[in-house]
Amino acid sequence: MAASYLSKSNKIIINNIKLSKFYMFRSLNHTSSVTDSVFSRRLIHSTTPPPLLNHAGIETGTFYRGFESVSGGRRSHTATSFSEEIDQLPVEAPLQQELNFPGGKVKFTPKRMFTPGSNEERTNCYRVLNENGELIVDNDSFKMSKELAVRMYTDMVTLQVMDTIFYEAQRQGRISFYLTTIGEEAINIASAAALKNIDFVFPQYREPGVLLWRGFTLQEFANQLFGNKYDQGKGRQMPIHYGSKKLNYITVSSTVATQIPQAVGAAYSMKMEKKDSCAITYFGDGGSSTGDFHAGLNFAAVMEAPVIFFCRNNGWAISTPISDQLRGDGVVVRGKAYGIPSIRVDGNDALAIYSAVYEARKMAIEKQTPVLIEALTYRAGHHSTSDDSTKYRPADEIEWWRDDQSPVKRFKKWIESNGWWSDQVEMEHRSSIRKQLSQAIQAAERVEKPPVADMFNDVYDVPPKNLNEQQDLLTKHIKKHAQEYPSNVAV
Amino acid sequence: MASIFQGIGAATSSLSSSASFETKILQFNSLRSVSGRKCGSVVMRAGGANMDSGSNKIGGRADQLVTNAVATKADTQAASTASKPGHELLLFEALREGLEEEMERDALVCVMGEDVGHYGGSYKVTKGLAEKYSDLRVLDTPIAENSFTGMGIGAAMTGLRPIIEGMNMGFLLLAFNQISNNCGMLHYTSGGQFKIPIVIRGPGGVGRQLGAEHSQRLESYFQSIPGIQMVACSTPYNAKGLMKAAIRSDNPVILFEHVLLYNLKERIPDEEYVLNLEEAEMVRPGEHITILTYSRMRYHVMQAAKTLVNKGYDPEVIDIRSLKPFDLYTIGNSIKKTHRVLIVEECMRTGGIGASLTAAITENFHDYLDAPIMCLSSQDVPTPYAGTLEEWTVVQPPQIVAAVEQLCR
Repeated sequence: MAASYLSKSNKIIINNIKLSKFYMFRSLNHTSSVTDSVFSRRLIHSTTPPPLLNHAGIETGTFYRGFESVSGGRRSHTATSFSEEIDQLPVEAPLQQELNFPGGKVKFTPKRMFTPGSNEERTNCYRVLNENGELIVDNDSFKMSKELAVRMYTDMVTLQVMDTIFYEAQRQGRISFYLTTIGEEAINIASAAALKNIDFVFPQYREPGVLLWRGFTLQEFANQLFGNKYDQGKGRQMPIHYGSKKLNYITVSSTVATQIPQAVGAAYSMKMEKKDSCAITYFGDGGSSTGDFHAGLNFAAVMEAPVIFFCRNNGWAISTPISDQLRGDGVVVRGKAYGIPSIRVDGNDALAIYSAVYEARKMAIEKQTPVLIEALTYRAGHHSTSDDSTKYRPADEIEWWRDDQSPVKRFKKWIESNGWWSDQVEMEHRSSIRKQLSQAIQAAERVEKPPVADMFNDVYDVPPKNLNEQQDLLTKHIKKHAQEYPSNVAV
Repeated sequence: MASIFQGIGAATSSLSSSASFETKILQFNSLRSVSGRKCGSVVMRAGGANMDSGSNKIGGRADQLVTNAVATKADTQAASTASKPGHELLLFEALREGLEEEMERDALVCVMGEDVGHYGGSYKVTKGLAEKYSDLRVLDTPIAENSFTGMGIGAAMTGLRPIIEGMNMGFLLLAFNQISNNCGMLHYTSGGQFKIPIVIRGPGGVGRQLGAEHSQRLESYFQSIPGIQMVACSTPYNAKGLMKAAIRSDNPVILFEHVLLYNLKERIPDEEYVLNLEEAEMVRPGEHITILTYSRMRYHVMQAAKTLVNKGYDPEVIDIRSLKPFDLYTIGNSIKKTHRVLIVEECMRTGGIGASLTAAITENFHDYLDAPIMCLSSQDVPTPYAGTLEEWTVVQPPQIVAAVEQLCR
């Protein structure tokens, strides 16, 4: 009994091998007829067949593993042609049987095979500019205007200078806390450049560049850091927790990844009102472990909400390296699990990020679908001013990423090669920003803090009686004991 | 199922003397407004009649009250249901009516929750709404409370007015992070830039053998969160009014319903009305003692009140309705009159609404008290499944009667 079963399964295996070779061959033929140049390039470099495209040209990610073919579902052309091939092969018993389970048709297989936890080859990373700032693709296939490129670069430099100076200010004790974006300037600026101001941004905390791009001034940044009375947030949040209703940038909240489902909600509201805009939310590799990430992605997929999930995979969650954060091929593969189109992008390549976000936005709005973008990069600075990362990672590793892989340097090389930039202009820009920043800091430092009276506003739309009472008590107390309290804070 | 016939509201009582009806509807007493908020719509004051004038209408109304403790068959007062104006409905229908009226009035109002769409909600509060307003406005969500509450917050910040339904209030414990850290806070921390006009509602409280996890009283956990308002409805009349007020409010509001009260029947006005979120409701005026309660315990108190009246006591019963902030104006006036307070609640003894209320009253009205404040609450135990044990975790009318007798000695 067992023997005959084995021989039967052997036959099936052999048939499958025949099939698979046939399939491989067939799919190669099929795909070679596709004239997408990027696609054919990938064919040359890989031994396994490339992922299948659906009619829209979006990779469905139907991988071919061994003898098993995990059908991509209704969208995959080749899958149906596959089954046609099967019918023509001589077999003893019908190989293909399928059943319409809740959730869709599934084909059965007598081959017991576990899909491995990860492929030998990881998902490829989309890159357009190499380390020397040279375009990998044809110059023609990637066009960016001089204005846009120069504007992006200047903002990246501004962000870099801003980070350095504000970090120093914290070290000097002038502000209480700061957190830098060193190494992620391209992510910040390029993604912002690819969006429109009407797109709602739900940041984690390492995305001030998006605000910068949209027009937040250096003075406004300084005001928030000092928590003075001109701060948009009225001095209620700690430094770097910026927010601006005017620029559609939701106030940063310290809780990790809570912004992810909120972004889905915003996208849902845009969908309901049929707006021509999308929502975007940023989070790190650490944030991708939270419950909110998983449920947020799932919701967005089910609701077909126009939201871009941008994961800044910078390799570190404070001191937790990526290998302790997750297993599996990073964050990009999770998109498929939820039915979300995803892409992995070189996070230090401003052009690649721009291109990916631009296209993602188009997809999100036109097709009303969420999109997951994983940008691989490195957190070249410390987690924040409360952290010294040399305690848990080698200093030379930090240096290599910060200097050799700097997204700012790389982009600079590209714009210089186009004759759009020069060292002279760079020097001028940097010193101008430095001057503006030190003026902004001095000005912000001098401004009064918000009055105590403001402490009780905005808890509700109109202060209720109990808060008015509490405010009364506090004001009376401060007036009575004025000598115990700072004189430069208005009551 | 429990039915209640309550001649509440200016509508029914003053209709019998119809002359002053018109003026009563248009009157909203801004003195009573606890927060200085100006209400544009018709605000029916709790209890309907003008409190300040102490009109004898209130006394007359008390005789019509037939209350019922809990979901047991009761004698309904057969009186004049047919000829009275207004329409009769159950509490969950009143909630739905309020919700539907608001959805009709404002296209930005939407509902999110588990099984709220075509299933109509597990307590049928959203029945029929998905068919009427489309799947997008009455959204079925996957099971992740933290996430769909987060979704609601995000949608609220970007312009919608969502209503989040927790299938059972206990499940909202999963949403605590979003409610406490974001919902209550973002209006403040953003410097007033982003408002969150969200309503979070659902049934809570001890039901009929639902098990400990489904018998949570979330009002005790949420009461500390700055930035949110909490109200508890107890009758179809105030359920509809509070639902509408909560939706119209620009603050995040948590509306506590009770699993056992969904089938209460009452006649409510046909006209549109919105109640004040911060107001308490005078259920039964009296002279001897102030009994403060809310939600289901109101019915236990009213049943005890019957016994007490027979024994010669005259309790004043106030349904506090607004759990955060407390309506200390109404409560204070009552205490100044009676000098004795009994709080009857369903929360646990430790850290419940009663505990906070006791503290607030002691702080503000200590001089007016002739006796220590007494608070009857559930014991600090998880709610047992066995029916008899479950009964004992909840405050029962005989305990209320005994407490009043002790306080009024």
